[in-house]
Amino acid sequence: MAKELKLMKGNEAVAEGAIRSGVDGYFGYPITPQSEILEHLMAERPYEKTGMVVLQAESETASINMVYGGAACGKRVMTTSSSPGISLMQEGISYIAGAELPALVVNVVRGGPGLGTIQPSQADYFQTTKGGGHGDYRLITLAPASVQEMYDFVELGFELAFRYRNPAMILSDGVIGQVMEKVEVTDYKPRWTNEYIAKTFPWAAVGKPAHRNHNIITSLELDSLKQEQVNIRIQKKYKECEAKEVRYEMIQCEDAEYLFVAYGSSARICQKSIELARKEGIKVGLLRPITLWPFPSKILKELSKQVKGILSVEMSAGQMIEDVKLAVECKLPVEHFGRFGGIIPTPSEVLDALKKQIL
Amino acid sequence: MTREDIIKPENLVYRRTPVLTDNVMHYCPGCGHGVIHRIIAEVVEEMGIQENTIAIAPVGCSVLAYNYFEIDCIEAAHGRAPALATAIKRLYPEHFVFSYQGDGDLAAIGTGETIHTCNRGENITMIFVNNGIYGMTGGQMAPTTLSGMKTATSPFGRDTEIMGNPLNITELIAKLPGAYYVTRQAVYTPALARKCKKAIRQAFENQKLKKGVSFVEVVSNCNSGWKLAPVKANEWLEENMLKYYPLGDLKVPEGK
Repeated sequence: MAKELKLMKGNEAVAEGAIRSGVDGYFGYPITPQSEILEHLMAERPYEKTGMVVLQAESETASINMVYGGAACGKRVMTTSSSPGISLMQEGISYIAGAELPALVVNVVRGGPGLGTIQPSQADYFQTTKGGGHGDYRLITLAPASVQEMYDFVELGFELAFRYRNPAMILSDGVIGQVMEKVEVTDYKPRWTNEYIAKTFPWAAVGKPAHRNHNIITSLELDSLKQEQVNIRIQKKYKECEAKEVRYEMIQCEDAEYLFVAYGSSARICQKSIELARKEGIKVGLLRPITLWPFPSKILKELSKQVKGILSVEMSAGQMIEDVKLAVECKLPVEHFGRFGGIIPTPSEVLDALKKQIL
Repeated sequence: MTREDIIKPENLVYRRTPVLTDNVMHYCPGCGHGVIHRIIAEVVEEMGIQENTIAIAPVGCSVLAYNYFEIDCIEAAHGRAPALATAIKRLYPEHFVFSYQGDGDLAAIGTGETIHTCNRGENITMIFVNNGIYGMTGGQMAPTTLSGMKTATSPFGRDTEIMGNPLNITELIAKLPGAYYVTRQAVYTPALARKCKKAIRQAFENQKLKKGVSFVEVVSNCNSGWKLAPVKANEWLEENMLKYYPLGDLKVPEGK
């Protein structure tokens, strides 16, 4: 079958990826710059095509708890929002992680703090990768740098979420959400049947048949010794995830003497900065983390032996740089460059920063 | 007559429903939760729907309800049970889904979810146990605490000038178009418990019709929080709670 190509916004790609990969339910609340996700879903009427449930909830709090309910029953359920809305969801995300359930949350980040701005930002890195909610948990975090990845990461996010029974996050930003690009879309995949879910996920609350005990989905354990065991089990899972699921892209790193580390739209900008730099004879490469957690620390440590300095480029006041410094154990100069509050740096601005701060 | 002579099937007049587990309930002696749990479990048993029923437990005294129902059960975050129930019912429309919440959970922190779930007309059963107090956390003032009622955070009685008025949320819900059946019951006498069971059965049967929320408030007691012995607590309930929260149907389906 011929490839099917579509021109679409990053936000629409998330919606389309959800419908076509067989997601069971979407629960969301409008917020700029990601409202096209819910709009596209409503316009496409997936409940007629695949039977997917789409519901506009009364708040982000309700959305994430609807996701909690759906996930508890073994369904592939997701929500999307932008920074302030994601802050509201943190309690629910912690519950989902604590109850060890798979779910997908998409954050199309805008500038903060507070109500901030509706323009793009990457200032939710800490909240996402260090646990914005309470307790010792992690979010498997995917950072798309193109509209194609916005599409692809929906299915990948669910795959990882179900593999580790842990919520996954697509950490995008207003640039990737709003920009239009060509996307290769996949065929419609059927949703899982109730019988498949009951058979494949014995933990799911789907109604108690005679042959098993009732399933309880909870994050509550009043006995501290047992709660410690829960935490130990979860941490073991995270170690496995760190060992197996690191994803990254290396661009022009073979001969690099300097390195950009950047994800999402910043990585796109850095690619242009590399072109400009190489015209001037500056050999710079890019490490683009695709998973922000687990963070690609190992490869970064390897690269640190080759390069003379690293510029961590983010649309924030400097958040990912902490993980970069930890990865390279501060053995070489690591500097941060970023614009924030919704300002997108230009490629030449990034190159100037490299020259001024690292060269 | 020996013990063995008595324990015979033909002599059985009352038994534990298999939809309740063997676990010893942690509820205080005299508390209404145990009776309400039992009624729900009996209804699920009698309707033969255990295999396709999903329950949502709240935060509060009944946070551990999942230990007592022999039903697949999810423990929600405080106030959010109706949001979970909404998603579950939409994803499993042929299942029976019920939420079980107290007054702090349903009528304070979860008011938004309560109102919108009822207004959307989700085809679920909502059980609301109203004892006018936060029992689990040690007897603090609840949204439904009566005017003048003493609690840990209204030690001189609820002063409505300062602390606001008790919230009759069930009356609000009865006005919403998505609410199909709204009733207020109690379980502090056997006769009332039987009546309550009829109402809860109705609230579950309604799910087959897909006509909206069936909402059952059960006015209950809190001996520990009210600092009254069980019998005294029931007397107090009758004299005070029922004045503000009168028993009876608030909304019945047309033609019923």
